[in-house]
Amino acid sequence: MVDVVIIGCGVVGAAAAMELSRYKLDVVIVERENDVAVGTTKANSAILHAGYDPKPGTLMARLNVRGSELCREYCAALDVPYRRCGSMVLAFSEKETETLRELLDRGVKNGVPGLKIISGDEARAREPELADTVLEALWAPSAAIVSPWEMCLAFAETAVKNGVELRLNTAVTGIDRRGDGYTVRTDRGDIETKYVVNAAGVDSGTIHDMAAPHSFDIKPSRGEYYLLDKAEGTRVNTVVFQCPTERGKGVLVSPTVHGNLIVGPNAEPSMPHDAATTAAGLAFVKETACLSVPKINYSKSIRNFAGIRANTGRDDFIIGVSAPRFVDLAGICSPGLTSAPAIGEYAAELLAREGLALEKKENFDFSRRRIRFKELSPEAREELVRRDPAYGRVICRCETVTEGEILACLHTPIPPVSVDGVKRRVNAGMGRCQGGFCAPRVVEILSRELGLSPGEIVKDRTGMNILVRETKGGEG
Amino acid sequence: MYDLIVIGGGPAGLAAACSAWDNGLRSILIVERDRELGGILNQCIHNGFGLTRFKEELTGPEYAHRFVELLSRTGVEARTDTMVLEVTLDLRVHMTGPETGYRVEEAKSVILAMGCRERTRGAIGIPGTRPAGVFTAGAAQRYVNVEGWLPGRRVVILGSGDIGLIMARRMTMEGAKVLACVEVMPYSGGLTRNIVQCLEDFDIPLYLSHTVTDIRGGDRVEQVVVSRVDENRRPIPGTEMLFDCDTLLLSVGLIPENELSERAGVEIDPRTKGPAVYENMETSLPGVFSCGNVTHVHDLVDFVSAESERAGAAAARFVLNGPAAGEPIALQNGFGVSYTVPQRVRPGNVEKAFNVFFRVNRNFGKSEIVVSRGETDLCRFKRDRLAPGEMENITVPVKLLEGASGPITVAVREV
Amino acid sequence: MRELVCIVCPRGCHMKVDDELNVSGNFCPRGASYAKAELTHPTRVVTSTVRIKGARYPRCPVKTAAPVPKERVGDVMAEIAKVEISAPVRVGDTVIEDVCGTGAAVVATRELT
Repeated sequence: MVDVVIIGCGVVGAAAAMELSRYKLDVVIVERENDVAVGTTKANSAILHAGYDPKPGTLMARLNVRGSELCREYCAALDVPYRRCGSMVLAFSEKETETLRELLDRGVKNGVPGLKIISGDEARAREPELADTVLEALWAPSAAIVSPWEMCLAFAETAVKNGVELRLNTAVTGIDRRGDGYTVRTDRGDIETKYVVNAAGVDSGTIHDMAAPHSFDIKPSRGEYYLLDKAEGTRVNTVVFQCPTERGKGVLVSPTVHGNLIVGPNAEPSMPHDAATTAAGLAFVKETACLSVPKINYSKSIRNFAGIRANTGRDDFIIGVSAPRFVDLAGICSPGLTSAPAIGEYAAELLAREGLALEKKENFDFSRRRIRFKELSPEAREELVRRDPAYGRVICRCETVTEGEILACLHTPIPPVSVDGVKRRVNAGMGRCQGGFCAPRVVEILSRELGLSPGEIVKDRTGMNILVRETKGGEG
Repeated sequence: MYDLIVIGGGPAGLAAACSAWDNGLRSILIVERDRELGGILNQCIHNGFGLTRFKEELTGPEYAHRFVELLSRTGVEARTDTMVLEVTLDLRVHMTGPETGYRVEEAKSVILAMGCRERTRGAIGIPGTRPAGVFTAGAAQRYVNVEGWLPGRRVVILGSGDIGLIMARRMTMEGAKVLACVEVMPYSGGLTRNIVQCLEDFDIPLYLSHTVTDIRGGDRVEQVVVSRVDENRRPIPGTEMLFDCDTLLLSVGLIPENELSERAGVEIDPRTKGPAVYENMETSLPGVFSCGNVTHVHDLVDFVSAESERAGAAAARFVLNGPAAGEPIALQNGFGVSYTVPQRVRPGNVEKAFNVFFRVNRNFGKSEIVVSRGETDLCRFKRDRLAPGEMENITVPVKLLEGASGPITVAVREV
Repeated sequence: MRELVCIVCPRGCHMKVDDELNVSGNFCPRGASYAKAELTHPTRVVTSTVRIKGARYPRCPVKTAAPVPKERVGDVMAEIAKVEISAPVRVGDTVIEDVCGTGAAVVATRELT
């Protein structure tokens, strides 16, 4: 019997796990996929929102503003790429300038620091690439950009280092109430637990229904994006939003912490796991972004992708105790990434209210460091390569990622098992050639280090094998 | 302090270093990121290399080997498994490698010979899911020819670039089924002989003016949708064809890898995406030369070698005799021409004649290549046909430039 | 009258061959002999790889040292698939002496240690 089972290791589940790992508890976190951070967490705008969007008084408003501060603190402590670059919401019409005032008003009520409305000229002084048609903008200095998957990884690794058991490739098939606890049934055996936390993202409705009466529907919404080469990465220096609509926060143009430019998303109803891009969706993104920043050079695009948001049609997250000792962290749409650490904190609070005893560990390890060769000074590089020659061999030339970094990530608390898993940890393959050169080398390293045949190495999820058979008499 | 550092040990770097040695430099370093010299030729195991340079038909590794042998007879120092990270304006070259360590070397001259990379799915924005089974042709070539693994069983190839065509044959010979080769342009991007010996020999259909408009599949590619395109390369609704396949290979163009050059401050020509060069392959930075696919994408390695030998000789002259002299004349692209290399010529630095490499922007039948200045034709070159997939080359006698000034134009005139 | 594109060199001459095997449109004599051979007994140089033990990579590239009849290419590939060599190997080393009775040797095209 464990104390808590958390279902889903996206950023919300990971944040909850990390929070619980501060206490003397037996915690298991189950994740259906072969890695953490592979759902909504890995495919979104990578923005930490300031907190003027949610309606005042909602849980969302509180968790957004609190999360924004916690993200800053945690990213610094856990070595996660983070930059507080600020954001602007643009108004192109008189009506939209009114919207800015509403947002300002909400933001002030929500406790967002430093908000102010600036003129079109002031906005263009900050961001010279903005369109001439911008009348006004809402400036939010506390908005930030982050590496979302690395933030999730950092939370999950911290949880694991502090005793949480992560079970990957484990899908929950049912939840049975047993006395004053639950049996969580999975395709890899049952887990007896006192408490359950549902952090299953777009599947959180399905998980909820296993333990509690049906009370909400997840209406997945797909957002499509362009990611552009670093040559376009300084087109803007802050996050540039348009006015929100009933469908979402609209199309944004933003730098990423990795130095690229991200443009998107649209918002289309979709199936829970259908992250396909469409010609129409991408054309819409391009056209709409053009209103804010007319001169984006899309010939520098290096990747399109789509992410699924767990929308519910409500103005708030669905967070609460839906059955005894069963906590939903569901309907986590935007600003879910920003709110995640605050949601984690709140999850612990809800569990405590349900009777879980939270007794602090004395030796909680809240630290994480990784070597980024690219960011080191020449002297530090020289020293590092002398100490470990593997740091001298560049595997990913676009992002300057060394073999040493790849080998090191294979020895972290949650080692990768796929080429994309390596990419999420050290950026190999994230650059302009998109792994054209380094993917075969990463396959070679993974197969050597994991003791697997190259044919067993997957691109991302289990089943996504890259190679089909050996030449010269290979099977198949 | 080296006389010359050559960045890249592929065909361009090897030929440049040998030539610089032959022209009198004695302190030369080649830096190669791979574990051996030869560059991409090592995975191009098909034949057809060297007919011009060696008058015989060699495979890629054999062609590379010829130059490695030539190099071994010189005193050129080669550091493999070493990647250059930065070249500064004062020609300090930062490099790193497991054996090399992290080092900064100084040079009197630098030759950029980093080659090119392949355009990706993201660059051309193919919509659809993101399953395993989408590869650039070059990555597939490495898996098959070097690692000995087949990346798919049923294959559609997008783009008719030479590597794609070569891989159509190669994967077929290894037992895969290649269903189609799809080209968005109304003409092939590769050499005609590769269409013949790689597609026609194996009855692989080539769909011109078509493109892939959707990729379907969960874990693995299951289907691609191919549509006809109009004259503006926009897909025409209602023309969709479905191919059930597990693999999509992309052979949709090569891009010179100029991140180092750009950071060093070398002027880049947006048409070639490589450094703008003078007649001797010198870039906008004195003492920095550029050759091979980092300058403009070639079809034939023989021409890479020839161009790189000129760069090597020029670097030697620069170090031994000082900077090149003379006022530059610009080469402009006239009708039908999409770029020229060089982009500028200094007549005072040319002994007899200079080479101009260029590509045309569509297919032409019988035509003349005309070099003119203002209204005056300086010289003409007859051609039976011209195709964008085949790089053209003319030799212009420098004495034709005497007596007047102003830019000259290279153009196609149909006859 | 048959039309064909020469594959001997990258020039890719568009040639015409009449019923008496007279070739036109070829830039050089190699085109004429290719055209005649292509219409009477077409041949190809086969390039492939063989398994190699103890080398940096698991495959060594090879080629037939001479063209083989086009209809035998499949047999040659099957024969090449059966071979495994050991490092070190040098460019030109014989891998198969007379492949499938075509008279052509299969030779290594890369040095591997």
